[in-house]
Amino acid sequence: MVPHYPTKRSALVPTLLYAQDEVGFLSDEVIAEIASRLDLTELEVRNVISYYSLLTTKPRGKFNVQVCTNISCLVLGAEDILHHCAKKLGVGHKQTTPDGLFTLEEVECIGACSWAPAAQINYDFHENLTTEKMDRILDEYKRKEMQ
Amino acid sequence: MADLVSHPDEIRVVSRRFGQGATNIGRYLELDGYKAVQKALAMEPDAIINEVKNSGLRGRGGAGFSTGMKWSFVPKQSAKPKYVLCNGDESEPGTCKDRLIFEHDPHSVIEGVMIGAIAVGAKSGYIYIRGEYRYLSIIMQKAIQDAYAKGFVGKNIFGSGRDLDIYWHGGAGAYEVGEESALMESLEGKRGIPRIRPPFPAVVGLWGGPTVINNAETLANVPHIILGGADWYAKLGTPKNGGTRLFCLSGNISKPGVYELPMGYNLKKMVYEVGGGIPNGRTLKAVVPGGASCPCLSADEIDVAMDFDSVAKAGSMLGSGGVVVVDDQQCIVKFALRTMKFYQHESCGWCIPCREGTDWLKKTLIRFHNGGGVKKDIDNMQYLAENMLGRTFCPLGDAAAMPTIAFVKKFRKEFEDHLDGKPCPYEKEGAAEQVPAFAH
Repeated sequence: MVPHYPTKRSALVPTLLYAQDEVGFLSDEVIAEIASRLDLTELEVRNVISYYSLLTTKPRGKFNVQVCTNISCLVLGAEDILHHCAKKLGVGHKQTTPDGLFTLEEVECIGACSWAPAAQINYDFHENLTTEKMDRILDEYKRKEMQ
Repeated sequence: MADLVSHPDEIRVVSRRFGQGATNIGRYLELDGYKAVQKALAMEPDAIINEVKNSGLRGRGGAGFSTGMKWSFVPKQSAKPKYVLCNGDESEPGTCKDRLIFEHDPHSVIEGVMIGAIAVGAKSGYIYIRGEYRYLSIIMQKAIQDAYAKGFVGKNIFGSGRDLDIYWHGGAGAYEVGEESALMESLEGKRGIPRIRPPFPAVVGLWGGPTVINNAETLANVPHIILGGADWYAKLGTPKNGGTRLFCLSGNISKPGVYELPMGYNLKKMVYEVGGGIPNGRTLKAVVPGGASCPCLSADEIDVAMDFDSVAKAGSMLGSGGVVVVDDQQCIVKFALRTMKFYQHESCGWCIPCREGTDWLKKTLIRFHNGGGVKKDIDNMQYLAENMLGRTFCPLGDAAAMPTIAFVKKFRKEFEDHLDGKPCPYEKEGAAEQVPAFAH
């Protein structure tokens, strides 16, 4: 990624995201490795990580269920979707199920306003949600994983 | 993949190729693709800038600044490389239009960046796409590769002797990065904190070089202006508000979706005819006309032409085109609270009025919505918000303050209905118990 930019540092955010997608989260080892490759201090890298909401230094479940509750989703019952997920998975915001499969997260606008209420599971969009539809989606992720 | 909608009043310019397979470069070429950039290569840079100026194209990200004017600020001579930057960090709540452009017509963005680069004399362009839009980054990456493979981008483009490189760059989740100088910081691998101006990006921008930064929709309009001409484009809209606009209808509306309507289209007509009105036998309470940062309009204020100047005259902003419709069963206090939670979450904390203002407004609104508010809180919220206005480095502070002021002023009675420990009149029975302790 570095050749795309006049400064090495510019590759930092894409590199972090790439590493996170591979490893699952930004571990101490990953941070140290990226810092050394891009000639930055670990502190500089951590400063950047803490700014961006997609980046995490804590392990997450295999599927990160990100339910948008921002205004367009809110007026169409997003809170019911979120609470339904919390009940079904038995976890709260940024918590992971004991089997390590799902993490639940209440997130800000994901750009699916005209197809609200919406959620993202990892990078996949799920739109025009109802609690029943959300059930089917979560069951499907689980079923695929069990196979 | 997001569903497409249509309405007879639509005038399709930027959405002309939606649903037509234009992500395929061959198909894009059949649909007049890469013709505009070749025309631009044969034009004098000043002629391109004048054409864009005369078209009345104004920034579709929200500020509504004249695009041609912005381009004209870039110095002709520069010791440092110049850049064109496409802002695809679409994060304003209520806005989902750039997503469709990237999904259905990525080459139009590339072409817009190229024409911008030819006009200002830049040799590289960057297309910044928000991190959540991973599938769109993949589409864009492929589009750029295809353009390189055809020789449209890279060395000696279209035999002009000019080199022009285009790259895409993914973000990682940050609303504030939509602010132009914050986006540059982000692209440089830093926290997306806004820069102090002057100097303006047109003089000192990305990596210290003169930089043009435009919203994705703005840039996607440019090839159509070059091909169709400034006069044609300007006439589609209203005076000083050229062209059309992608309006994202969302919320309590029968036919939500992204519609391309001429600038100056009446908002009431948009809600009741294009959007099919309010479903479930309910009535309209308010409309947020241009994304979460725009002051809401109450039901009796929506007979307004949707162009930058008319909406400003009505006391709000055209913003980013996110039209959020709110029906009579929604609680404005809760709506205001959710809006403020968002701004508090997204505030970078660099300047105090925004960091403290958003946090205290959020705390007050939480207490208020829970029935713990006192009458003085209502005036305090307005006072606090008014004192944030114009006192922050970037527009995030204003974006948080402006809607709050409107909610309090226009729906004061709803705030008063929450006083004296009364339960929220709109909350479903038992809703409070089922709420787990969520962060934010």
